[in-house]
Amino acid sequence: MACRVEAEVKGSVLLLRMSGELDHHEVGPIRKELADLMESDSIRHIILNLAKLEFMDSSGLGLILGRYKYLQKIGGNMVLCAATPTVKRLFEMSGMYKILMVEISEERALSRLEAVQ
Amino acid sequence: MKNKLTCNFSSISENEGLARMIAASFIAQYDPTLGELSDIKTVVSEAVTNAIIHGYNEEGFHEVCMRLSIDNRILTIEIEDQGKGINEVDQAMQPLYTSRPDMERSGMGFTIMEHFMDKVEVHSSQSRGTVVKMVKQLSAVKANCM
Repeated sequence: MACRVEAEVKGSVLLLRMSGELDHHEVGPIRKELADLMESDSIRHIILNLAKLEFMDSSGLGLILGRYKYLQKIGGNMVLCAATPTVKRLFEMSGMYKILMVEISEERALSRLEAVQ
Repeated sequence: MKNKLTCNFSSISENEGLARMIAASFIAQYDPTLGELSDIKTVVSEAVTNAIIHGYNEEGFHEVCMRLSIDNRILTIEIEDQGKGINEVDQAMQPLYTSRPDMERSGMGFTIMEHFMDKVEVHSSQSRGTVVKMVKQLSAVKANCM
């Protein structure tokens, strides 16, 4: 199953709602789209809503880690929200769960970002 | 009860999802838990992706072989490629290690396989290919009758 990404820009925040299956096959085109979007819209933060992401493997982790490193360089933050238990487990195993901000909803994630700015 | 399934498919990334679906369908008939089903899909995805990216450098004209077998609820999965092989298997299996930092890989593939399966063995020789063999005991089926 393909991975769909719905992107919404709110000021300097890029809100990404991912659904479907995020694997190596899907990661390539998404990486390019995100890179274009982030540069053209002067994005500083990302909120990842993974509520509808049914599958992810280490290729997906690589994609997210790559965007996280980019945000770190420009002083931005990444907030993870609503990941399913299976997806959450991968984040925990990789140690990324400890370095990302985690919130239960998009609204909470947005207010968390406003608070740290 | 014993059962097995073997399939060969082209080394193209489209087939990562197909391999996951085949493996999930194969074990679905043995009433796995949802967690087991998701573990199996993940490890198949990791091993097939490794074969395509690392074994074959993303050249799509090769073949990946997947062998699934089950005996007494012990599931064995073998993913084989005839690609370039792994130089240092121990190093490749370290968490966060990747031979392709240029590709933004997380380096978590083998760590995930070891975490989700009871046993992972890697047999590799240079220029001849790699076989990843993974074993997992599925939990007993709970009796569901009144």
